[in-house]
Amino acid sequence: MFWQQVVNAIWLGAVYSLFSLGYTLVFGVLGILNLAHPSLYMWGAFIGLMCVNAGLPLWLALPLAMIFSGLMGVLLDRIAFKTLRDRNAPHLATLISSIGASIFLISAAQGVFSAQVSRFPFGVFPVKVFTLGPVTITLLQISILAISLAIMLFLRWLLMGTKLGQATRAVAFNPVTAARLGIPVDRVIMQTFFLAGALAGAAGVLLGLAFNAISPFMGGPMNLKGLTVIVLGGLGNIEGAVLGGFILSFSEVMSVAYLSSDLRDAVSFVLLLIILLFRPNGLLGRSSAKRA
Amino acid sequence: MLNVSHLTVNYGAIEAVRDLSFEVAAGQVVAIIGANGAGKSTTLNTIGGILKPRSGKIRFDGHDISAMRADQIARLGLAQVPEGREVLAPLTVEENLRLGAYVRADREAIESDLQAMFMRFPILEKRRHQPAGLMSGGEQQMLAVARALMARPKLLTLDEPSMGLAPLIVNQIFEIISEIRAEGVTLLLVEQNARKALQVADYAYVLERGALAYGGPAAELRQDERIVAAYLGN
Repeated sequence: MFWQQVVNAIWLGAVYSLFSLGYTLVFGVLGILNLAHPSLYMWGAFIGLMCVNAGLPLWLALPLAMIFSGLMGVLLDRIAFKTLRDRNAPHLATLISSIGASIFLISAAQGVFSAQVSRFPFGVFPVKVFTLGPVTITLLQISILAISLAIMLFLRWLLMGTKLGQATRAVAFNPVTAARLGIPVDRVIMQTFFLAGALAGAAGVLLGLAFNAISPFMGGPMNLKGLTVIVLGGLGNIEGAVLGGFILSFSEVMSVAYLSSDLRDAVSFVLLLIILLFRPNGLLGRSSAKRA
Repeated sequence: MLNVSHLTVNYGAIEAVRDLSFEVAAGQVVAIIGANGAGKSTTLNTIGGILKPRSGKIRFDGHDISAMRADQIARLGLAQVPEGREVLAPLTVEENLRLGAYVRADREAIESDLQAMFMRFPILEKRRHQPAGLMSGGEQQMLAVARALMARPKLLTLDEPSMGLAPLIVNQIFEIISEIRAEGVTLLLVEQNARKALQVADYAYVLERGALAYGGPAAELRQDERIVAAYLGN
């Protein structure tokens, strides 16, 4: 029983991390909380489903969904955030704008895909179960874990090992300094939104497959989860988002298994409260000394 | 190289720079001196594209840069050592230097320039893999200068490079400025430390409350009684 829960928590945590990385990336670069991020996750899931329904193989549907939700992220920035940024609007305006964008994206999804729960056709992914002593794991779960980890490693390489990544971290620290060095700040922001959207879309397709339930409202619970994860890890902290994703999944899975399944969503709320009370900068929050 | 004509810059409701005109010829070292709040940094930040002029023209290397963004101006060959150094604290020293060369694409030359910077500033090689924010103020100033040089700029602007540094470090910074000058890099230097600035400069301008008060060869300004009384003191 216990090891089974550990396995469940690991693959789930990987997807939570994937989702939250995009959330925290935008916060890290722009200092804004993009509450429309879960809507990109939901759209990613729907686009993945559409691709599959159109007869495309899953391995093609996933990257297509990622590209689509990535472009959607760029568009979201241009319409909801850049307009405010250019006017030096306060953060609260941006936050409200992101809520507005989120409502729009959910309504649009209802219009386009209906408010019903949609499902992937049976057999879209080969049903294969592996048993290892007391633990069973499906091929789907293994694939979700592998894909999530691969995307996270790619992101790490992109941010730490490339010129683009250095430029992104420079903009995150100080956009004025970055501009002085010749870094096109606006283009870096666009790339960041593309990345964040693509990460959300990937998480959408993967969790859509795992739970096989896709609806315009699937982003709702993810909002609180994502928020918990990035606050847990420290806002804008990449490693923190990964750590936070696993902490949340373990807490959820264990409380469902040993307490009550009603508590699943309460867990993230309680975690959020505890971390805000005792470590408001998050577990891996930037210390002020490092920024001096 | 750089031509500023009738430049006026507002800072909110305040006119920080008023009808300012001056020139920096290629190969020259030009200093702008003046008291705190005279508009020196505003002038540099406007040339660098961080602030937008209210009126007036700025020409750099044949281009009108008055309305350009900072990153576009950097791409034309203007590198800045900003006030307060502005090192990218969470990034390593090496990453800071590499980002200095962001506008360049000549990979091999960047690598050799990086090695040259490490030769010239051994402390930067020692701290190569450390976050830049952990270094002392003087070391951060070295990094800011080295980072700007990594761009192989046509014009290098330095905003108060001596600010907040111990006298020994200030001397070191000005030695480096003399070296850079000897290499033929065109320099525009803004300083409150007028004595030091006039020692390295060929030409100097004095700003008072946002407007040009004097301008002339640095050697002459050093002898000028009004300048001596107001800015050089004892």
